[in-house]
Amino acid sequence: MAVLYIVVPLALVFAGVSIGVFIWATRTGQFDDTQTPGVRILFDDEDAPLSDDSAEGDGPVQSSGR
Amino acid sequence: MLGGAVTPTIETPARAKSIACAHCALPVPRGMVEPDAERQFCCRACAAAFDIIHGCGLERYYALRERTATNVEKAAGTGESYARFDDPAFHELHVRDIGEGLSAAELRLEGVHCAACVWLIEALSRIESGVVDATLDLRQSIVRVVWDDSRVRLSRVGALLDAMGYRPSPAGGLSLREHRRAEDRRALVRLAVAGACAGNVMLFSGTLYAGAFQGMSDTVTHYFRGLTALVGVVAIAWPGSVFFRGAIASLHVRRLHLDLPIAIGLAAGGLSGLVNAVRGAGEIYFDSVTGVIFLLLIGRFLQHRQQRRAADALELLFSVTPTSARIVEGDALRAAPIEEISEGDIVEVAAGECVPVDGVLVSGVSSVEQSMLTGEPMARPVRQGASVAAGALNLDAAIRVRVQAAGERTRIGRLMRLVEESAARKAPIIRMADRIAGRFVAAALALALLTVAIWWATSPALAIEHAIALLIVTCPCALGLATPLAVSAAIGKAGRAGMLVKGGDVLERLARPGLVLLDKTGTLTQGRCVVVAFEGDESIKPLVGELEKQSAHPLARAVVQAFADGQSRSVSDVRQTTGAGIEGVVNGQKVVVGARAYVEQRTMPAPTHLQHMEERLTHDALTPVFVGVDGHIRAVIGIGDPIREDAQNAIDRLRRHGWRVGLLSGDHPGVVQRVGARLGVPEADCTGAATPEDKLRIVEDALQHGPVVMVGDGVNDTAALAAASVGIAVRGGAEASLQAADVSLARQGVTPVVDVIEGSERALRVIRRNLRVSLAYNIVCASCAMAGLLHPLLAAVLMPLSSITVITLSYRSKTFEAT
Repeated sequence: MAVLYIVVPLALVFAGVSIGVFIWATRTGQFDDTQTPGVRILFDDEDAPLSDDSAEGDGPVQSSGR
Repeated sequence: MLGGAVTPTIETPARAKSIACAHCALPVPRGMVEPDAERQFCCRACAAAFDIIHGCGLERYYALRERTATNVEKAAGTGESYARFDDPAFHELHVRDIGEGLSAAELRLEGVHCAACVWLIEALSRIESGVVDATLDLRQSIVRVVWDDSRVRLSRVGALLDAMGYRPSPAGGLSLREHRRAEDRRALVRLAVAGACAGNVMLFSGTLYAGAFQGMSDTVTHYFRGLTALVGVVAIAWPGSVFFRGAIASLHVRRLHLDLPIAIGLAAGGLSGLVNAVRGAGEIYFDSVTGVIFLLLIGRFLQHRQQRRAADALELLFSVTPTSARIVEGDALRAAPIEEISEGDIVEVAAGECVPVDGVLVSGVSSVEQSMLTGEPMARPVRQGASVAAGALNLDAAIRVRVQAAGERTRIGRLMRLVEESAARKAPIIRMADRIAGRFVAAALALALLTVAIWWATSPALAIEHAIALLIVTCPCALGLATPLAVSAAIGKAGRAGMLVKGGDVLERLARPGLVLLDKTGTLTQGRCVVVAFEGDESIKPLVGELEKQSAHPLARAVVQAFADGQSRSVSDVRQTTGAGIEGVVNGQKVVVGARAYVEQRTMPAPTHLQHMEERLTHDALTPVFVGVDGHIRAVIGIGDPIREDAQNAIDRLRRHGWRVGLLSGDHPGVVQRVGARLGVPEADCTGAATPEDKLRIVEDALQHGPVVMVGDGVNDTAALAAASVGIAVRGGAEASLQAADVSLARQGVTPVVDVIEGSERALRVIRRNLRVSLAYNIVCASCAMAGLLHPLLAAVLMPLSSITVITLSYRSKTFEAT
């Protein structure tokens, strides 16, 4: 039974850490929009920058990446 | 279709194949078809969107859209220049400097409707190298753009978004939104902490109950009681503080609020529990206390989200008004905020800009488009002396306007104020649940005092314990959850059935019968001129179709739609008389088409059977068009806006629910009367030729006698929609006005209106049932507590049980379904 005096407080510490992480996640805005990320999983990863060939434009667009 | 009154042939329109727009796949109107072009587009915006998508290598958009979108819409771009996005005044209000030379702004977009849109918009950073990041919030249609101002200007970003088919406007109220965001985050954290505490205390309590049944040593029992007290105190002090603040506020205002008994219960339960845990004897109720906190916070979270969504809807209306203008002073132009502009000033509006004021043109020749206000995308040419309204887009060339009204006094400014006032007026309707809550609070407190009085004689300690048990257990979880859950479930179901309801109070207002004012064109009728009947010589149809191609009149277009067969014939000697008819020579035959008098003048009196036909047509609210060929009148065409098939049925259903039906339309009074007569609406309730101001006045007059529901398409009846008890916008109107309505229907016709009313009644029944269930639960538990029978285990079990019952009842009931 003595183990209870160690294990339970340990569990509470874990709970406290999880709450801390949750607070951090909320404060950095990760839970602000819960709908759009669900849609983003449909996209494939594409990192290649594209250039704007359409008629409009203020000038030449660099396609040398960011 | 017309109830047997007209027997001759009924034409079906559009025999020619319709061409699909290469961008949005909707049919291309005949006027926009270019015979030599490789691809066809239904509008300028779609053409621009197609260009930029292909020009930038973003064709995957179409594949993605096919997989994910349930409905496709036309591109919403307008071709505006967005130069105002670069104004320093604009930057002051809407742009933030986030360091490293980067700026951030939030833009509200029109026309976002699917996952593919998210992909396309977020590809902005790959198209334009000055844009570092573009993140879209699909629910709010707001994109957060981060860019390097030295490499690209915001006006270019705006123009790009517009070209893609999403019209941007500043998302306004940056500080307000940040404040709300912080508030929402805090609420979420409180909810999470409450949940964590409740879960842990439940586990500890489970141990305690097991120990009570099987035997547990005193030290361990003491230990776990201490643990529940520890976590329980955290729950009361942190997330539970919301209720204490509410209770104090309630005392200040002297209005009984639900927070009061909750706070008393929490305080009493917490204190006594703490004391008992330290003492080592007596009951502790922390499992119920933390459970109460958690469940009630869930209810509030849901309610809060709904209210937030309703408030968001108004923001679009405010974001489209201009905030600055250029005043002409002598030879120079000076940029000034809208507040500085006064009547009589001259303002210059460049091509591609929005007109910032109501006024009269003093110089310049151009055309303007008022789709934002009226929903009609047709360009109207303007010259000196023409009047323009704030919010219109100036298309061709720079114009100078003398100011007649600026800022709040413009038509759109007044409209927004009206919408704002109506929203404020409608919100604090004391909802049924709040009324019940007030009475409930009084009852709970009274019962608690009664309990103390009853048991005091036996033992003061017991008396207090039982009173606390009563307060905790009657803590209205079910009551606090019943309404928001039922409302949330109902609104969710309504949304899936194509009816966008802006809030729970709307449901309540729709469930009480009153007067329904229906718009005619587009709601009760199909909204277009169509050839509905034809009597006479069938062989002349192609000739008539050919001749009518020369005319731009809507009646002529309906004839062309029905009769043109793709072959072209020689047409010459065409003469048109406005409002009367058209004549010409087609394939060598003299053809005359038009009103009866016009045609008879050029041929001869109409034969009797065609005269009878004319009578029948007018009786059915159709416009008769006579056709004469080579000197004889050969046929009569009946053209009209056919009444929808489901209109009669829908009106009957409305009457059965106790609603009075009226017609309110800007159309010709005679036609409105006849449509009304056909549908069984008394003459007194049909009003035609109503201007937007007339409609507003009629709604306001009717409001004196009871609730008024106004159904319109948002074109020119926005003010009436805002003023009515419930404004229902049918699809097809201006986006900004649709936002002002309480309900938006995605499907056309009258049946969705009936559906939403019936659904609201069902939803209210669910809410009432939930309240009855929670009341029953409370009575049972209160009785047990007063009798001293309420063991904490019993309380802990009964509470979630009642909540689960309420949840199940809310989500399993069939409130809204598409019929």
